[in-house]
Amino acid sequence: MELLNTIFVAPFIDMFSAPDFLIQVLWEGFVSGILYALLALGFVLIFKASGVFNFAQGIMVVFAALTLVGVYALLQSLGLSPAFAAWISLFLTIGVMGILALSIERVVLRKLVNQPDIILFMATIGLTYFLIGFGELVFGGEPQKMIASELGIPSGSTSFDVFSGVVILEHADITAAIVAAVLVVCLGFFFSKTRIGRALRAVADDHQAALSVGISLNQIWVIVWFAAGIVALATGIMWGAKSDVSFALQIIALKALPVLVLGGFTSIPGAIVGGLIIGFGEKIFEIYWGGLIGGGTESWFAYVIALVFLLFRPQGLFGEKIIDRI
Amino acid sequence: MFYRETGQFKTSYEADSAVFPILQDRIGIMIMLVIAFVAVPLLGNDFFLNTMMIPFLIFTLAAIGLNILTGYTGQISLGSGAFMGVGAYACYKMATFFPEVNLIVLVLVSGFFSAIVGMFFGLPSLRIKGFYLVVTTLAAQFFLTWSFNHIGWLYNYNDSGAIDNLPRKLFNIWISGPNASPVTNYLVVLCIVLVMTWIASNLVRGRIGRSWMMIRDMDIAAELMGVRPLYAKLSAFAVSSFYCGVAGAMMVFFWLGSAEVESFDENQSFLILFMVILGGLGSIMGSYMGAAFIVILPVLLRAAPEFFGLSVNPTNMEHYSTMIIGALIIFFLIVEPHGLARLWQIAKEKLRTWPFPYS
Repeated sequence: MELLNTIFVAPFIDMFSAPDFLIQVLWEGFVSGILYALLALGFVLIFKASGVFNFAQGIMVVFAALTLVGVYALLQSLGLSPAFAAWISLFLTIGVMGILALSIERVVLRKLVNQPDIILFMATIGLTYFLIGFGELVFGGEPQKMIASELGIPSGSTSFDVFSGVVILEHADITAAIVAAVLVVCLGFFFSKTRIGRALRAVADDHQAALSVGISLNQIWVIVWFAAGIVALATGIMWGAKSDVSFALQIIALKALPVLVLGGFTSIPGAIVGGLIIGFGEKIFEIYWGGLIGGGTESWFAYVIALVFLLFRPQGLFGEKIIDRI
Repeated sequence: MFYRETGQFKTSYEADSAVFPILQDRIGIMIMLVIAFVAVPLLGNDFFLNTMMIPFLIFTLAAIGLNILTGYTGQISLGSGAFMGVGAYACYKMATFFPEVNLIVLVLVSGFFSAIVGMFFGLPSLRIKGFYLVVTTLAAQFFLTWSFNHIGWLYNYNDSGAIDNLPRKLFNIWISGPNASPVTNYLVVLCIVLVMTWIASNLVRGRIGRSWMMIRDMDIAAELMGVRPLYAKLSAFAVSSFYCGVAGAMMVFFWLGSAEVESFDENQSFLILFMVILGGLGSIMGSYMGAAFIVILPVLLRAAPEFFGLSVNPTNMEHYSTMIIGALIIFFLIVEPHGLARLWQIAKEKLRTWPFPYS
């Protein structure tokens, strides 16, 4: 009875006796959910267009963020004003991500056309290792500070009085939410309204049919990896504004997997909703139940949600139902 | 020229279905065994044994385990590091509970604990496949490593949170603990790995292995032909985790001496998956080659600049080696997606007709 009480009753009493704290927890969950969603968005883009599960998305986030910081430091030493240098380095970083996309397509993907998924997956893991080594060599292994204020990301916080308590919203988090929303809208527009977007969807549907109507697969892949690179850059900036940019961040990339399982591998709204569910779920579980079993549950709770979810709905919330041909 | 099967007639079914049907292969294996059992212990120094041979053998065993699951049954798993951990912690707990039991027995029994845990986390495989299965095995990975950290009972509530190898004797020789010499460690590991390789190679040739391969190639057809997916998949998970568990127990007791959770984290799982893919999916031989590649290459890379008389800052060398391994993985996937084992096979085919282009 005692045990049942601590598991099923006490946490809810805690929740409702301090609603301001609950709202704060929900907000924190929302913020980390947004970041997971941004991360998952990069995966979805590439998976949609090429069927490759891009394990390297995590390291691309780190790489983009570190490039931004590195280029900024370089420009700063040339004597440019901070804001100007920050924006120039942002554009230069976008250029670097473009070059990265181009070289990945040339060196890796083009050679591996028609291989089974697992081989392509492994190739992206190889790419991850390469980028880790390369990044550490160029930028050093130490955590770097993100140039958040130079880019114009507000750093203060606003507090609201709710339910006789205080809820604190960080401005950086609000910016992250807005950026994520803008990115999703832009990508949605890009996919449904533009010529290239339609070509992307055609490639996602059927490689051969797309080729036969004159869509260049190679070109599409470069574009998609470039788009994923830009999403990675946005994720890197937002994540870096919360904490420093370090290589430890790329482990968080694995968190995108449960998000994708929840949302479906091919759905952009799914990535957002999945990210939010994971974000809310793991924060609430950690705060209200985590203490019962020793804390630190955030490392695995997302996967367990996904595991349970998979048993009931293997194709995810918004995914297409896979029908196997025998 | 010297690698010909001319004149080697098989007169019985046993001879025809032997593991090594060609005489030269049998001679080759004998030579390898002599090298492994005599030359390496006699000539190798402690550094060579500790940094190359022992980890190579241990990871080979883990790679064979994952190969059974991924290569033979077609279920991708990223939880092998955690299953190694289950074996290691089980062995540690049993060694503290039953100090008088022979350590080799404990190492093997700890595999069963790992097998049970593996079967439990293999249950979702009955409904899902591919990358979805990766998620469930990652759930196993992160949940288990969390448990190793947070359940004090598992590491006997010691302050460091690490488990260490308890000194044990076999036939009055120290085989574990600080007094054990690397040579004895090496020989014990070698024996266990060879016996388990032999068992694995027979398992995959037998009824159970065939049912695994049928599930891999086409699960629905296999089901129609009377293979029960439940038994086939769960037995693959059990055997695979058993191998990983034994490898993990050996890792703590015969190699590292003491291990923390970091030894069993997701990077370890990735490394084992690399070994399997680079070596060749669905090949026992490939597991050896992949493990050799991943374990020995970084050691060689670290030694390389000194050998060529260059001076490179050690931390930079670490980065170069990560980079080179990543690039090599991509290179091998492009050149031969079926792994080193396939390259070896092609080489043998060429050798059979050499010096002529065709036979």
